[in-house]
Amino acid sequence: MPELSDYLILGAILFSLSVAGIFLNRKNVIVLLMSIELMLLAVNMNFIAFSHFLNNIEGQVFVFFILTVAAAEAAIGLAILVVLFRNRRSINVEELDTLKG
Amino acid sequence: MGFEKIIFYLFSALLIMSASMVITVRNPVKAALFLVLSFFACAVVWLLMEAEFLAIVLVLVYVGAVMVLFLFVVMMLDINIERLRAGFISYLPVGIVVALMMAGMLIWIVSGDGSAFNNSVTHNADYSNTRELGRVLYTDFLYSFEIAAVILLVAIIAAISLTLRRRPNTKHQKIENQIAVKRNERVRMVKMKAEEKK
Repeated sequence: MPELSDYLILGAILFSLSVAGIFLNRKNVIVLLMSIELMLLAVNMNFIAFSHFLNNIEGQVFVFFILTVAAAEAAIGLAILVVLFRNRRSINVEELDTLKG
Repeated sequence: MGFEKIIFYLFSALLIMSASMVITVRNPVKAALFLVLSFFACAVVWLLMEAEFLAIVLVLVYVGAVMVLFLFVVMMLDINIERLRAGFISYLPVGIVVALMMAGMLIWIVSGDGSAFNNSVTHNADYSNTRELGRVLYTDFLYSFEIAAVILLVAIIAAISLTLRRRPNTKHQKIENQIAVKRNERVRMVKMKAEEKK
């Protein structure tokens, strides 16, 4: 059987990959959203690993709620993306300067 | 090396490979498809940890709904990829350095001896993960469950109200005006003399 640390290392690698994805694709909002999905997946991996190895089902309940929130986040994020593209004809993050941020 | 370890390493390698393709591939459609592959690999890894319900939910909800939504949006938008890819090479070193440092630190922390935490029980074949999860979800976490439902409702309303638009130049019926119409708005009584026979 794989140990607890094996799963945690897998989650750590996945999380670091998604952080690298945010650094590399900082102009493309779609890939940024995908990197956030990957990050949530890595966190869920840790929750399930601890839930299994501590023999406690509540970690899986938490993953259930994270999946719910992630689905809502993806839906709203993509809706914002569609409105953004409709108004600006571009999804380049660098051109989003309407708020002078 | 047991069968489960082989499965674990196989699908972990698949997961890491497809995740790195997601962040490096040029075409966003291909990135979405690699993300689907990484979700499938992750579902298999979750199955190894006896989280059957969540693995199925990951495939059904994530691959079946969220990623299809992603693919729709990616294919609908007409994106100039070349301009979005500009600066990829210049961000590459700092991205790799940050990722390696973060991975190194996380692995250093978690790779200790975890045998003290190992209370895992191998369940029998008639053990139902869905039933156990439902038992906890509908009793102890009922309130949070309802809040999750409200969050989904808010997400539906927000997504619809953000993207809904009325085009001003299209022709469509105004049913309330049609129903509320009065007789004298449509019919005009004209008084005239009867025609005379010549």
